[in-house]
Amino acid sequence: MTDKATEISAGGQATGTSRRLRTAFAALGMLPVLILLAAGFQFMNPRFLTETNLLIVTQQSSINIVLAAGMTFVILTGGIDLSVGAILAASAMVAVMVSLVPDWGLLGVPAAILVGLGFGLINGLLIAYIKLPPFIVTLGSLTAVRGVARLLGQDTTVFNSDLPFDFIGNGSLFGIPWLVIIALSVVVLSWLVLKRTVLGTWIYAVGGNAEAARLTGIKVPLVLLFVYGVSGMLAGLGGAMSAARLYAANGLQLGQSYELDAIAAVILGGTSFVGGVGSIWGTLIGGLIIAVLSNGLILAGVSDIWQYIIKGLVIIVAVALDRYRLQAGART
Amino acid sequence: MSAAAKVETTRQPVLEMRHISKTFGAIRALQDVSLSVHAGELHALMGENGAGKSTLMKVLSGAYRPDPGGEILIDGMPAATGDPIKARASGVAVIYQELSLAPNLTVAQNIFLGNEPRRFGIVDRDQCTRRAREIIARLGVSFSARDMVSSLSLGERQLVEIARALSTNARIIVMDEPTTSLTSRETDRLFEVIATLKSQGIAIIYISHRMEEVYQLADRVSVLRDSGYVGTLERAELSASRLVSMMVGRDLSAFYKKDHRPPDEKRAVALSVRGMSDGRLLKNCSFDLHKGEVLALAGLVGSGRTELARLIFGADRRTSGTLELDGKPVTIGSPREALDAGIAYLTEDRKELGLFLDMSISDNISMGVLARDSRAGGLRDFAAAEGRASKAVADLSIRTSSVQANAGSLSGGNQQKVLLARLLETEPKVVILDEPTRGVDVGAKSEIYRLIDNLAKQGIAILMISSELPEVIGVADRVLVMRDGTISGEVTASEGQPLSQEKIMELATGAAQQ
Repeated sequence: MTDKATEISAGGQATGTSRRLRTAFAALGMLPVLILLAAGFQFMNPRFLTETNLLIVTQQSSINIVLAAGMTFVILTGGIDLSVGAILAASAMVAVMVSLVPDWGLLGVPAAILVGLGFGLINGLLIAYIKLPPFIVTLGSLTAVRGVARLLGQDTTVFNSDLPFDFIGNGSLFGIPWLVIIALSVVVLSWLVLKRTVLGTWIYAVGGNAEAARLTGIKVPLVLLFVYGVSGMLAGLGGAMSAARLYAANGLQLGQSYELDAIAAVILGGTSFVGGVGSIWGTLIGGLIIAVLSNGLILAGVSDIWQYIIKGLVIIVAVALDRYRLQAGART
Repeated sequence: MSAAAKVETTRQPVLEMRHISKTFGAIRALQDVSLSVHAGELHALMGENGAGKSTLMKVLSGAYRPDPGGEILIDGMPAATGDPIKARASGVAVIYQELSLAPNLTVAQNIFLGNEPRRFGIVDRDQCTRRAREIIARLGVSFSARDMVSSLSLGERQLVEIARALSTNARIIVMDEPTTSLTSRETDRLFEVIATLKSQGIAIIYISHRMEEVYQLADRVSVLRDSGYVGTLERAELSASRLVSMMVGRDLSAFYKKDHRPPDEKRAVALSVRGMSDGRLLKNCSFDLHKGEVLALAGLVGSGRTELARLIFGADRRTSGTLELDGKPVTIGSPREALDAGIAYLTEDRKELGLFLDMSISDNISMGVLARDSRAGGLRDFAAAEGRASKAVADLSIRTSSVQANAGSLSGGNQQKVLLARLLETEPKVVILDEPTRGVDVGAKSEIYRLIDNLAKQGIAILMISSELPEVIGVADRVLVMRDGTISGEVTASEGQPLSQEKIMELATGAAQQ
């Protein structure tokens, strides 16, 4: 009897350790890839690992990381948000247009965030309460919100060369670009919500087993409304960031296929596409991998066409890894 | 039948497994286990989860190679070990719990999947269908060779698996908990097929946790415990207490524990259910549940027991009906409202509807009370969750290395205890338990019975849905029986007389009215 008990606990510890290792692997999973990529690009072009270039990389990745943070919330519940690129465009339009109002120009930033939040909540209401599939709802809003973005500027580009919040896009604090500071803040806040709050645990629970969550008393629709609201709001923030960087916005071109980069960052970061498993740190690394890939390929002189092909392949490999990880974690 | 089995024992067994041991590293999964099966015999294999039944069957099917010294004889001839293909060729077929059929193909295609009759290198569809028909006719089943497997019920799919085993001329068929997901009608069908197989001289090794099935079917029963062989009982020697004590290694005279005082008429009503209907199956269900009472809800699968429980718990929408809790009317429209009112529900399907398999035991246990435990700003109080989990692990003796381990890493019995712990954290006044011991080994079962008894002692009202009649009779004070979505009657224990199993069955099947 005692023998058996020790045997069981030893077995339990062994599986505990291997589980922890696997979890660590999943969290770290892509960090070695990021380092290898950086080392490889450095080898091809010594300009890669310079302070200037690294700042460019992080700056370029910042908007995608903000979108991907919101996407992480959504994918953790087992959903998807295809509308973030379009919401970013509409919010950027609003940001620039509000910035043109004399004396109230700074309100462009909160206005963009609110517009994003509004669209996100509409997605959330349709998904959580009308119970439509997330893919279909956000595919619809991808198109509809893109239309709204074009409508806002009568399908033209809006400019403001004297943008009151241009420091966001082009300024720095202690040498660190504001874009990077914002992106990192979003990541840290997201981590706080996901890992340290009750709501965060509910998000994982809903993604892990929505029906069990409901029977446990969790208000699943509210959780879903929250995650789509966050995704929309962060897309709105992304819009403000984008407008601040460009001093302009165009409803047709801005944010095209940004949703795909955001999804790719989340999946590269090891968040399971079926929900319930994943982390925001993984998303950060995933976003950086995509930025390093773009930047490094440019520095290495790879043509635009090949950049597309390589990035696409990376996404496929990422999904393959996701499958492999799920199989490795499969239980009976 | 037993006479026939007696005759068989004088002959040479079709299968003999001798001195089988199996070690994985330092862990001994099987230790010197021997087993023999005769043609036309149904040999039941019992034991708690982890006793070594599955390992033994994997050795038989060739998935594992036994340690040196062990041998398998088929018709008295030593057979190859550790080779699934040779095992199948020598007539061994295993039907696993997880069915391995392709739903998008026909019955005939599934029967010959990977083993298609060919002509000129091309699958001979005519021969395929013809031979499938022969086999199906042998089983005497109602579906046809051309039916799509996706259109069949779970029970019928199991019969397709058996047909597939017959197509390879299997003479030894292993069935691992075949009735777990079958309705009672499907189970009856399966048992008829088993009788047919036996009459055709096929030996069956039948793994089951259900005593009643073993009583009904087995010619002999062998019991494994802690990776070792305990003993074999002939049909005439079978008794529940003997089997249970062989399985757990101690006398379980108090296997079902009923220490709480059964409530008398004057005991206060905790939950009063009136006129519950769901517009589909349930029609006008009413009953009272007293404080400190264990009320069983018996009935056949599909009679509406789970549906009624879910309606009370607010998990599904009702078309009519009212609830009173402690004499006061309550409106319950969602599980959240039920939990807030003090009604908790344990699901019958812990993996699909209960657990968060990728989350820690600690999170699983406190999932229902996270908001209550939270600190300012909705921040988690991890210490509180950990404290609840550690206490529950100790109180319910949940076997785990850490409360931070994933719920998915636990065995079935321990997973069930995690769900029970979660339910108790909400401090319910009324507890609805839906098949609380399904898929749980004997040791955990008796612990769950003790827990139910303790809850009743504390004055908590318990509604227990169960398909196992011995459990109903052993644990409950009173039994409600459901049939076709209505409550067809009530069975109470009268002066010195225990609850009557026959009466429950009569009410459940409607035999009383005929």
